Amino acid sequence: MWKWLHPYAKPEKSYQLAGKLLPWFVVLTVITFIIGLLWGLLFAPADYQQGDSFRIIYIHVPAAMMAMGAYSSMAIAAFVALVWQIRLAEMTVAATAPIGAVFTFIALFTGAAWGKPMWGAWWVWDARLTSELILLFVYLGIIALYNAFSDKVLAGRAASILTLVGVINLPVIHYSVVWWNTLHQGPTISKFGKPSMAVEMLWPLLIMIAAFATLLGALILMRFRNEILTRESHRPWVRQLALNNVKITGKN
Amino acid sequence: MKTMFRALFSAFFQVVAKELQGAFRHGSDILNPVWFFIIVVTLFPLGIGTDPALLERIAPGIIWVAALLAALLSFERLFKDDFIDGSLEQLMLSPFPLAWLVSAKVFAHWLLTGLPLLLVSPLLATFLSLDIDTYIALFLTLLIGTPILSLFGAIGVALTVGLRKGGILLSLIMLPLSIPILIFSTMAIDAASYGQSYIGLLALLGAMLITAIILAPFAIAASLRVSVS
Repeated sequence: MWKWLHPYAKPEKSYQLAGKLLPWFVVLTVITFIIGLLWGLLFAPADYQQGDSFRIIYIHVPAAMMAMGAYSSMAIAAFVALVWQIRLAEMTVAATAPIGAVFTFIALFTGAAWGKPMWGAWWVWDARLTSELILLFVYLGIIALYNAFSDKVLAGRAASILTLVGVINLPVIHYSVVWWNTLHQGPTISKFGKPSMAVEMLWPLLIMIAAFATLLGALILMRFRNEILTRESHRPWVRQLALNNVKITGKN
Repeated sequence: MKTMFRALFSAFFQVVAKELQGAFRHGSDILNPVWFFIIVVTLFPLGIGTDPALLERIAPGIIWVAALLAALLSFERLFKDDFIDGSLEQLMLSPFPLAWLVSAKVFAHWLLTGLPLLLVSPLLATFLSLDIDTYIALFLTLLIGTPILSLFGAIGVALTVGLRKGGILLSLIMLPLSIPILIFSTMAIDAASYGQSYIGLLALLGAMLITAIILAPFAIAASLRVSVS
């Protein structure tokens, strides 16, 4: 397996691999988004209690899941980066953090928009929303730390360390918020703990989760490629690439 | 083997002694965070009124948020001077594990900033009209919680010490991570004020402290190696 993985320690090879994978992710994202959104927003039956406003679940839940998914992938990349000193893994951490932050923001925003008709308030200190908010803070901290270093190699390493510290802490934060919430305010009626959804509603949700997952993958690949290019901009292969691009666009 | 342990411990205590000596030569470094702590707590009764029932209700939150902010203010000092004058590099070059020496520094830092907060806490309890059982709970949470703050903060400082504007960044990094300490501590104090048992929450804090003592020094050492390079 190491023999197979070895070439990808070279930025150039990783760049090409990411480029090969990217179209597949984009196509899958587009397909699943079209199917999931049409099915979820138009054809799935309305909820008997919440009416049509439940449909925001098709954005909210996938975004929240992928916000955490992005963090776990960052944590794995950070671990790889620190243990095996692989610079490309640090770049993945740096590439993923802003995407994860945006997904977290989407989850928070849709959660607030859903909370308005359901709970009668834009913001309720619900345990899950609160821990999502703290996740956003952690993301922003990592991004701020990464941007504060002018040397991007050090920045990547620092961000990786902070990501790992965060991943140990996030479960503690989550459970502390859950207990805080239940002790302070009594059980909030949680609409998220969905008791066995109807199949017609569940399928579009699963498709939307797949859509968000592939979207996350596609965005990470794009940012990863950019990250490689900016960091390796002084290398001959990047120059060659830029020259080739100029030639191609020049012919057109 | 025995000499190795003796050498390790003597190195530990030498670092602690050096830190304490340095701090006592600039006494205000120790006192300023404590003043800050007292002033912040004083602001709340002035801002929201002096009703003892209300104050007692919100006292745990106030004291803990003030302790967090005071801790944050004092962190800058933890590695900054050593970073500037190069003794941090000396520490790295020494034959002892960096994580071990760093935990000595954090311990000294707690003695200089966490312990004074504990010492002035009776005063604040009187300000906020806490009864004795609630105060005992407050004291115990501060006793277990402030070392965790020092350890977390040290990770943040180690990551930002090489940066010119590390101060605000440090709070952005550290405050979200210290939320569980705030929650568990204030829950324990609340439980004490209702006369309930809070030993479970203290145990959770203790578990966090032990985990932090074991893991944080390695994170601090790794971060310092990033900052000093």
